[in-house]
Amino acid sequence: MNGADAMVKCLEEEGVKAVFGYPGVAICPFYNSILQSDVRSILVRTEQNAAHAASGLARVTGEAGVCAVTSGPGATNLITGIATAFADSIPLVCITGQVNSELLGSDVFQEADITGAVESFVKYSYLVKDVNDIPRVFKEAFHIANTGRKGPVLIDVPIDVQNASISRFKYPEEVNMRTYKPTVKGHIVQIKKVIRELERAKRPIICAGGGVLLSDAEKELREFAEQHKIPVVSTMMGIGVMPTRHPLYFGMVGNNGKPYANRAMNESDLLIMVGARVADRAVSQPDLITQNKVLVHIDVDPAEIGKNAGPTIPLVGDAKHIFHDFAKQEFSCEHEEWLQSLNEYRQTMEPKRNPNPAYVDPAVFIGKLSEKMQDDGVYVADVGQNQIWSCGYHVVKNGRFLTSGGMGTMGYSIPAAMGAKLGDMTKQVIAVCGDGSFQMSMMELATICQHDIPVKVIVMKNNYLGMVREYQHYTYKDHYSVVDLSGSPDLSKLAEAYGLPFIRVENMEQADAAIERFLAEDESILMECLIDPMDLVK
Amino acid sequence: MKRIYSVLVENRSGVLCKVAGLFSRRCFNIDSLAVGETDDSSVSCMTIVSSGDERTMEQIEKQLNKKLDVIKVKTFEESASISRELMLIKVKYNKNNRRDIMETCAAMKADIVDMSKNQMIIQICDVPERTRLLIDMLQGISIVEVARTGTLALAKCMESGE
Repeated sequence: MNGADAMVKCLEEEGVKAVFGYPGVAICPFYNSILQSDVRSILVRTEQNAAHAASGLARVTGEAGVCAVTSGPGATNLITGIATAFADSIPLVCITGQVNSELLGSDVFQEADITGAVESFVKYSYLVKDVNDIPRVFKEAFHIANTGRKGPVLIDVPIDVQNASISRFKYPEEVNMRTYKPTVKGHIVQIKKVIRELERAKRPIICAGGGVLLSDAEKELREFAEQHKIPVVSTMMGIGVMPTRHPLYFGMVGNNGKPYANRAMNESDLLIMVGARVADRAVSQPDLITQNKVLVHIDVDPAEIGKNAGPTIPLVGDAKHIFHDFAKQEFSCEHEEWLQSLNEYRQTMEPKRNPNPAYVDPAVFIGKLSEKMQDDGVYVADVGQNQIWSCGYHVVKNGRFLTSGGMGTMGYSIPAAMGAKLGDMTKQVIAVCGDGSFQMSMMELATICQHDIPVKVIVMKNNYLGMVREYQHYTYKDHYSVVDLSGSPDLSKLAEAYGLPFIRVENMEQADAAIERFLAEDESILMECLIDPMDLVK
Repeated sequence: MKRIYSVLVENRSGVLCKVAGLFSRRCFNIDSLAVGETDDSSVSCMTIVSSGDERTMEQIEKQLNKKLDVIKVKTFEESASISRELMLIKVKYNKNNRRDIMETCAAMKADIVDMSKNQMIIQICDVPERTRLLIDMLQGISIVEVARTGTLALAKCMESGE
């Protein structure tokens, strides 16, 4: 057994279903060994998408996604994908091949200091210099990636270490790291303080972030909110914690969120932030959420608490454990009036749109699409106007809403949808992107075809980088610079070239029939919606 | 506000870089940084002096704790610690100022540890304030070069022991 065999054996021990990657000489021993394994390897068309695909898989399965690429450019191409996962706390194990360990530091062909380069985007990284360290390093990497505040871990393995023979393979049963023991259970004193505040509060609200989904605590949070009639809003990453039509859910907060969600948060007298970073897009003025209210901040990462806003009650721990402990506390609270006013806000403050009837109205279209989607379907939104429309109008029932929230990485949706589908082949998976983001990862249509991964892709085509155009419309008074997407390919021909069925939707009259046909298709399918180039999200 | 962080870390290659990188990435100040092995050869101690507002000071501690190579972070005010800095100063001298220099050294409890006909090296080991003061005192004569360790510090002894 050599190092490469040991690496594959570690993946088997971890129950890894699929590895996304791109080979090159420095990772060839690994790819040679994986042939003898049941672990499926998926050849993406550029390395960044290997990380996005692993991210999609991780978010659907709750287990770390794995990607494996070669040294030098393979590794550096992966960085944006790693940074995207890091910003959204998605667990990944990224394996990179490296040049011969004796040549490290001499700038040989395809050498890049990848552990150095990714330092600020990974939870941890390893450069393996001794083949006998492989089982321990892999065990630790999976443990680190998928516990505490989750995130990407990188393992750099020089080619000679992959080729070296390993005397005895034993996969460790436990991890023993003196420096890593995340706190998952909330402190009972703090928990009781929160309950006392809830008893006292007249206008309580929970703001749920992506951390709730990462800790698989949706059920616990929902039940707690329902039992005590506490309204819930969410950040972009927290979409899906509550079904969109739930009577206690009042939408996404933030500068691209619902006005009534922001108003609800601002008027509350007790704000319970859970698994949310209090980042600028969700909370543009952190000082406001500490004024005239009690702020409870629940997060598994102590460093997030107090980073952007000083909470009244900090509560470190995993959301699932904490809501489990909340449920054990007996108390009662009444806030019927508060719910009434929130319902009134929701009814009267929905933003009005002025759609152009000559085009598809993305808001109505997305609404129709999500009504007809399977209840537990996975909707992957890309980045740009399509993302904001998706956040605003997609109706989550019992499924998932995935997007790149923290980093806002264009091109995320198609590879992430691919990974999500592989994570659970029974789920209906739809990627929604714009014509800009589509062209950042359209090469993955080949991956979808090659590996027979049925992903449905919708391109909202407006011939512009819409989000930037909108910004230039407001900030530079329609002085458009480098946002025109003329020269884009004819998508019907592109679909034909990949052998994919294709639907074009030109206006809302065609929408219903097109959505029916699109959702009925068993294989991958590409749908183009023509959007008014001047349409705005605000 | 100044604060001293005594950070125990895994004694591995790249750890200094990770800790220093954390400070630069998050725009935290480093006033001084000193690193050395502890009694346990697998553990290094980094003494970092930083300054900033209350929230920054708290973030520094939390972010350091988050690093997986960090074993323990202890933090204390300068007044709650015994801190020392070692400094070597090479100066040019002549017969007119030799006596002045030697008197300054005596007053500052600094030693002359090397000498030639026109240069000498002065060593001082004292609290950072006094090492700075010595530089000020010698400013009038020509300083050739200076090497300083940065602050080393330990929390003051407690009655019950730790």
